[in-house]
Amino acid sequence: MTFKRATGAGLTALAAVLFATAAYAEPTVNKGDNAWMLTSTVLVLLMTIPGLALFYGGLVRSKNMLSVLAQVFYCVCIVTIIWVLYGYSLAFTGGSDFIGGFSKAFLMGVTPDSKAATFSVDANISELIYICFQMTFAAITPALIVGAFAERMKFSAVALFIPLWVTLVYFPIAHMVWYWAGPDAIADAAKALAAAADGAAKTAAQAKLDEVNADAGWIFKKGALDFAGGTVVHINAGIAGLVGALLIGKRTGYGRELMAPHSLTMTMIGAALLWVGWFGFNAGSNLEASGGAALAMTNSFVATAAAALAWMFAEWIIKGHPSLLGALSGAVAGLVAVTPAAGYAGPMGAIVLGLVVGLVCLFFCTVVKNSLGYDDSLDVFGVHCIGGIIGALGTGILVNPSLGGTGVMDYATGKIADYDLVGQMTSQAWGVCTTLVWSGIGSAILYKVVDVIVGLRASVEVEREGLDVTEHTERAYNM
Amino acid sequence: MKIVMAIIKPFKLEEVRDALTAIGVHGLTVTEVKGYGRQKGHTEIYRGAEYAVSFLPKIKIEVAVASDQVEKTIDAITVAAKTGQIGDGKIFVINLENAVRIRTGEADAAAL
Repeated sequence: MTFKRATGAGLTALAAVLFATAAYAEPTVNKGDNAWMLTSTVLVLLMTIPGLALFYGGLVRSKNMLSVLAQVFYCVCIVTIIWVLYGYSLAFTGGSDFIGGFSKAFLMGVTPDSKAATFSVDANISELIYICFQMTFAAITPALIVGAFAERMKFSAVALFIPLWVTLVYFPIAHMVWYWAGPDAIADAAKALAAAADGAAKTAAQAKLDEVNADAGWIFKKGALDFAGGTVVHINAGIAGLVGALLIGKRTGYGRELMAPHSLTMTMIGAALLWVGWFGFNAGSNLEASGGAALAMTNSFVATAAAALAWMFAEWIIKGHPSLLGALSGAVAGLVAVTPAAGYAGPMGAIVLGLVVGLVCLFFCTVVKNSLGYDDSLDVFGVHCIGGIIGALGTGILVNPSLGGTGVMDYATGKIADYDLVGQMTSQAWGVCTTLVWSGIGSAILYKVVDVIVGLRASVEVEREGLDVTEHTERAYNM
Repeated sequence: MKIVMAIIKPFKLEEVRDALTAIGVHGLTVTEVKGYGRQKGHTEIYRGAEYAVSFLPKIKIEVAVASDQVEKTIDAITVAAKTGQIGDGKIFVINLENAVRIRTGEADAAAL
């Protein structure tokens, strides 16, 4: 999901230009765009299952393999149901700046003919595709958190925490960052204003346009650029993971016992599937099968490769050996960082972003984590939250046309606006800080609630035995 | 009768088996084991976490032989399993009181 910073006045001018030359037409659905978005939707599902599940599963001890797979699979299933019951409505209908309403609960009024806006006037996609596409984003985000408290959280606690978290943290953040009335609604209002004859009608039309422009999420209105979910998905999940790791406490034996990954082969398969699926995530967020999607795809290739190389070579220099896990971790960090930047940075900028995030995330996953002593089992904070912040801030810099970025469209002039570093970075910082605070505090409250109701942590005996046999009465490998 | 038990490096198993076959030992039990001796372990690093792996994978072989075959067996294993590097392993000899071949009921030397 993406949006371009658009001022009300700018869109008004754009609409006026459009309507001077052509009569306004009902938005159309392009089958090519629909086909691409159907494809992107299942690619994002592939990221979670089996991609993320195997990436995480390989990193835990074999006695906990199934617990991780089960938790990730559960996230997909429960969020899918919640999404169509009320999640989509809360995230993507108007209401307040912070949360939507229930007007589309149970997908009320949505039919195969319903349309959803893209980022171009008069180019819509089928709303059901948009619903499914966004559903996969809502599903992967809580699944990312699972890695932070892996190997010690009770399944019943996960089962309760995830629905609460998506409802009170994810849907509001998605609404704040991504909800807007859409180009067609703004164009309609602008058309009415242009056509208004006398003073009273003009005043009414202007009020209507202001109302349409105000019908957007809080972070959206701050002007923060987030092409595919650096804040909504990665910072959001990353900080929730850190809070969880701190509240639940370290795994029994952490720092003293061998907790080596049980299968880096699985982790490699998972990381590679994440990369493949991420093209649906990033290039799909363009919502149209256009050059913008092609740019997002290109950036998702090069930033990922650069970050994998940066992590691997840095490790080689510091520790004396290049590790596969380092390359895989770097690749995921690169994907995270390029997520908000995918449609805005140029490919050379994306390479720089990848190199930077590879080094910074390595630093956080090793030096910072070890010195602070928290047990974020699978580095959800170090990779997703830190990578997401680097990406969000990096987007503000790399969108600069003089650095090869696309710039920010100014609809008032129909040209790329003059780049304003301070203004753009301020907007980006609003997005980052709002997400950190909302998710950090919201998650802490929800962990406490779940702890009171079912208890968060498995007993030491269960942890020793492994969650697979004790919680699920099955074993990953019978050999 | 004796049991000759040897802990060897895993990649030496085929050579040891060939050497024992050559001196007429026709039965051998193999177990994958872990342990430590004078050979130090190694370090594994996963992201920031460093683990000292002190138990190294080895192969344990057990051979039941007649008492007069013990010296030959020890020699064969020693020659075949030796690399000259630390961690080549050890050989232990244990008294064996009885042996029975399950299929035929043959006992002791005839059962070996």
